[in-house]
Amino acid sequence: MRTTAVVIGAGQSGLAMSWWLAERSIDHVVLERGEVANTWRTQRWDSLTLLTPNWQSRLPGHGYEGDDPDSFRTMAETIAFIERYATLLSPPLRTHCPVVSVRSANGGYEVVTEEGTWHCKAVVLATGAFNIAQVPKLAAEIPPDIAQLTTAQYRNPASLEAGGVIVVGAAASGAQIADEIHRSGRPVTLAVGEHVRAPRMYRGRDIQWWMDATGLNDERYDQVENLRRARALSSFQLAGYADRRNIDLNALTSLGVALVGRLAAVRDGKAQFSGSLRNLCELADLKQNRLLNTIDEWAAENGVGDAVDPPHRPEPTRVEASPPLGLDLRRAGIRTIVWATGFRPDYSWLDVPVLDPKGNIRHDGGVVTEAPGLYVMGLPFLRRRKSSLIDGASDDARDLSAHLSSHLAAASTGG
Amino acid sequence: MATTQTDKPVDNGVNVEALFGAQEALAKTPEAARFKWRSTVEWINGTHSRSTIEGFYGLGAEQKHKKAFTFDADHPEVFAAQDAAATPVEIVLAGLASCLTAGVAAVAQARKIQLRSVSATLEAGMDVRGILGMDEDIRNGFDGIKVTYKIDADASPADIKAIVAQSQKRSAVYDIIANPTNVTVEVA
Repeated sequence: MRTTAVVIGAGQSGLAMSWWLAERSIDHVVLERGEVANTWRTQRWDSLTLLTPNWQSRLPGHGYEGDDPDSFRTMAETIAFIERYATLLSPPLRTHCPVVSVRSANGGYEVVTEEGTWHCKAVVLATGAFNIAQVPKLAAEIPPDIAQLTTAQYRNPASLEAGGVIVVGAAASGAQIADEIHRSGRPVTLAVGEHVRAPRMYRGRDIQWWMDATGLNDERYDQVENLRRARALSSFQLAGYADRRNIDLNALTSLGVALVGRLAAVRDGKAQFSGSLRNLCELADLKQNRLLNTIDEWAAENGVGDAVDPPHRPEPTRVEASPPLGLDLRRAGIRTIVWATGFRPDYSWLDVPVLDPKGNIRHDGGVVTEAPGLYVMGLPFLRRRKSSLIDGASDDARDLSAHLSSHLAAASTGG
Repeated sequence: MATTQTDKPVDNGVNVEALFGAQEALAKTPEAARFKWRSTVEWINGTHSRSTIEGFYGLGAEQKHKKAFTFDADHPEVFAAQDAAATPVEIVLAGLASCLTAGVAAVAQARKIQLRSVSATLEAGMDVRGILGMDEDIRNGFDGIKVTYKIDADASPADIKAIVAQSQKRSAVYDIIANPTNVTVEVA
């Protein structure tokens, strides 16, 4: 089968790309291993909501039309939103069509699927950044009678055994899961590594309103000071709950969650935690205050200071004088460990040599320069700070489809 | 980053361009980044010993300091020793202090902040019933380390705090102390 461009993945990125390719009259097909919004359907716990308010889920030609722009969608609502977009768009979509391999062929690409092979000039990888839950090697040292699950496997507190739980990782997922498990009566110890603290509401507006209005979400990958670092940052430590409460470490401590340092080792049934907790909390507090300073400066310069609440600074993170450095897992009654230690993309089917030694794709703002005609979307800070948000898909797809279009033009003139 | 504008270029005596260059070079040749640090020790008498540091391995080859450095260590008279030199645990504190302070200078240079003075005091608590084997629940090592910096620089208090925090994040000795390390001791 032949087409000009193959888009792999029918989430927000792949669909936004399809919209832009259609806009540019580029013949294409969207291949999806499961259903539209597949990752949103699987690998998500029951209570999860989007971290961005409803108004912020904007896809090309499709914004929020409801009467509750400031709430946060549940997973069912998110799936319905993306499905509705797919229905409106009616892209050239093949669902239940897993890709087996992508390789270079005849100056273009050959995309082998379980439903036949496509020959094309360009390929867009829109399979997302959240394919494989990362679990550190030290998981192998956890005593076998303690249950272990990743955030992709976790569903709800009731599905866990009674008893203590260690949640490893304090980004958005780890903090949310620690919050709900602890509220279920299972005492939680939260192992805290590097994290990015942010208040849900600031000066009476949602933090994402500020990120959008100040242009911080639009900050470009070629303008940011340390791109490698920006791409490695974890998500804001936020939840999208109806009461808009914070789930920062102070909120969790107030609930009774015990904070410990990064899980550094497990030896003889004893977990060892890093002594760096205080510094990591200090770093997160300083970083949060820099963000709030930026917001305040923007508000003053743009004359919105009077329309919003006065500035305040959240209480610094409370860390006890000597957080525990070790925990005998059995003696402490730990029955479950939840790994909230991030995800990585799966490129096992990509037979084009463009991966770095850590398995990440080498790209320049989504353009895989080593493989002309190959593009990637939906990765953290791909082209902009918002690249991994639903709201980032449209601008990235517009830019990358323009590049793809000129690549096709150059190829057809033998350039 | 809010810094005071001055006409003079920021100079903390750290060549950050060389460090950034090294980052780039090592990204291409990760094997050159594998270093081995070495020290030898000779027992002198009692609790007094002398360590010598001269060679190390890195950038794919054997390397040498400009000269051999020696460090004596002993224990104080209250430990019924001769007090010929600082105690090993104090040398650990010195190692941490020097590592963090080097980091402060480097981070400040990278952030274009001129330092005028940097000093710190370190204090570590220890219950010596641990090393005396009197109570299995008391560890041998420190029960905590407190480092207090005094820094005079062309920067806001928040920026100075951020330099010190970043220095901890990138410090080898801080990591060695704050995180477990496998230690293998053999008799050849």
